[in-house]
Amino acid sequence: MRQSIIDGAPETASELARQALGNGVAPLDAINHGYVPGMHDVGEQFARGQMFLPDMMASAEAMRAAMDVLEPELKKLGEERPMAGVVVLGTTKGDIHEIGKILVGTLLTAHGFQVHDLGVDVAGERFAAKASELEADIVGVSALLTTTMRNQKGVIEALEKAGLRSRVKVMVGGAPVSRRWAEEIGADGYAKDAMSAVALARELMGQKSQSTIAEKA
Amino acid sequence: MRPKFELLDKELIERILEEAFQLIQEPGVRVAPYVVDLLREAGANVEGDIARIPQALARKALDSVPREFWLYDRSGKPAVHYGGDNVHFDPGSSCLNILDPETQLPRPAMSADLVRLVQVAEMLPQFAAQSTAMVCNDVPQEIGDWYRLLLVLWYSEKPVVTGAFSAASLHTLLDLLALESGGVDALRQRPRAIFDVCPSPPLNWSEFASQNMVDLARAGVPAEIVSMPLAGATAPVTLVGSIVQHAAECISGITIHQLAQPGAPIVWGGAPAIFDMRSGKTPMGAIETAMLDVGCAQVGKYLGLPTHAYMVAGDGRVIDAQVEMESGMSTVLGALAGINMISGAGMLDFLACHSIEKLVIDAEAVASAQRLIEGVQTPTQTLATAMFAQTGLHGDFLKLKDTRALFRKEQHFPSQIIDRGLPSMGEDAGILGRARQRVEELLASYQRKEIAPEREQSMVAFALREGKAVGLAGLPGIVHEQLVADK
Repeated sequence: MRQSIIDGAPETASELARQALGNGVAPLDAINHGYVPGMHDVGEQFARGQMFLPDMMASAEAMRAAMDVLEPELKKLGEERPMAGVVVLGTTKGDIHEIGKILVGTLLTAHGFQVHDLGVDVAGERFAAKASELEADIVGVSALLTTTMRNQKGVIEALEKAGLRSRVKVMVGGAPVSRRWAEEIGADGYAKDAMSAVALARELMGQKSQSTIAEKA
Repeated sequence: MRPKFELLDKELIERILEEAFQLIQEPGVRVAPYVVDLLREAGANVEGDIARIPQALARKALDSVPREFWLYDRSGKPAVHYGGDNVHFDPGSSCLNILDPETQLPRPAMSADLVRLVQVAEMLPQFAAQSTAMVCNDVPQEIGDWYRLLLVLWYSEKPVVTGAFSAASLHTLLDLLALESGGVDALRQRPRAIFDVCPSPPLNWSEFASQNMVDLARAGVPAEIVSMPLAGATAPVTLVGSIVQHAAECISGITIHQLAQPGAPIVWGGAPAIFDMRSGKTPMGAIETAMLDVGCAQVGKYLGLPTHAYMVAGDGRVIDAQVEMESGMSTVLGALAGINMISGAGMLDFLACHSIEKLVIDAEAVASAQRLIEGVQTPTQTLATAMFAQTGLHGDFLKLKDTRALFRKEQHFPSQIIDRGLPSMGEDAGILGRARQRVEELLASYQRKEIAPEREQSMVAFALREGKAVGLAGLPGIVHEQLVADK
């Protein structure tokens, strides 16, 4: 299973998933012990510059193929895959660039996040609606242009308006975006590339659980 | 003989064009509502936002493009000649950050930085044109595009490569240029600036880009298409596939542009790059990126059109061996390819950062490339025998009249940035130190030439009025008596 992910072989991955279910393997075991380690390997190799993006895209595709087989069974059992966090991603309104965002989404998925990609040209209200619907932990907003970067602020305002801001962490990225800009618009974090976006998302999840503990206390 | 570098043979160029013409029909090109009627009336099939452009229509547009045109300097003299194998260089455009001259760390660029860059570029004959090189972070974003143009017009007499950030603001930039040129007609007759317009890959003429193309054509101000396929990400992974996409984007853009105003000046240009499959970055210094630039330009030249490319930029994050190796290689290739306008000098870190120190180093690479394309000359009757007749086998050529008469033409003399072992070089062996010193020297020798008083006044009044609307106090980077009076 692990190798099918590393090889980026969706057919093998889904075939192995079907075999596993046929042999009575628990779907959660197949995910956690079979496929997830493959995605971890892929993420690590990528971070070391030993894996290339087209290969990683194929690995993500293989992971999806396996999950398509396993997830319905998981639901039948009333179980859920443990998630590192729920992330809503999108490119700001007026901006149609999405390579960077797709990379972030792929890597976050590889590291156990549940990612919902809203695509490009996304208004703040749509970010807020999706975040509310999924009870998202993190909203990630991408922008490639100086002119559309300012719409990242609109997303934060929409989250505030929807009363979600205290529950949702906001991370921003994209070529013109800087740490300074992130601070200026009141985002919770900025990542300069896809790998640091994963580190940032983990850090933000850490902050979230800290504040949840604090709230409960 | 003028040395030349080509990557594609005629047969391959024909295949590239054939597929490019196919692409603009199937899958077609995404266009904005602003140009739908224009395309439909001319015979293109438009459904929703997808236009399918027949080859005959596109060919007709290509035929009506001027093969050459000039950009003019402030005094109205022709200064940049687009067309043929003419080669010009200008600094890279629209950068958000600058390497701080003191710390050499990147920080947001300010008006004062752009003013310094313009003054340095003004003193370097290697740059035939200026560019609106940086976005000034100390002025409101809404006016970022025309404000940087104001600063360039204020401090430079050279032609300017610029661009608008939105469909509406184009007209503010054109208004400003008309004030400086002495009216809309004067601007049309002797355009001082050319506007970059970028389609979104693949094959998408957004609202902003569509409208800019049409409005520039109608204003008679030259447009420069900056098509940027990213090979393997937003374009086919093969270099040739990306060159096809570039051609299709340029041809569809030219069709829109020429339908708006046949005969309006436009340039076949771009900033293509490969997409690095490990980092997801778009390396401007990669040799394959330079190959894309040369290949794309060659297709444009085959059609007889003026050309542009984004080269001379490197990807290293500081001024180091990597960044200058990258810049040097692409500078030479761009010049050998005979590209009319080569933008990018001064830029590093994947176009994320500008550096004035790098600009003066790049100017040395540009000067070398300019020397290279002058080629090997034959200024003497015999190539060598007559000189040997004078010296025999003594070999003291240093004494010959020919030597004294010709060495200045045969040899290019770099500035002291380049270490040629001169005694005056002193102990500082670092290029950064020498570049800093050169920047200071150029700034010290720069003297601003005033614009005609009534034009200068109208530009200041215009800028104050437009700036005030978005809460700008004064005019950062500009000293003028009207501003003092205002206070």
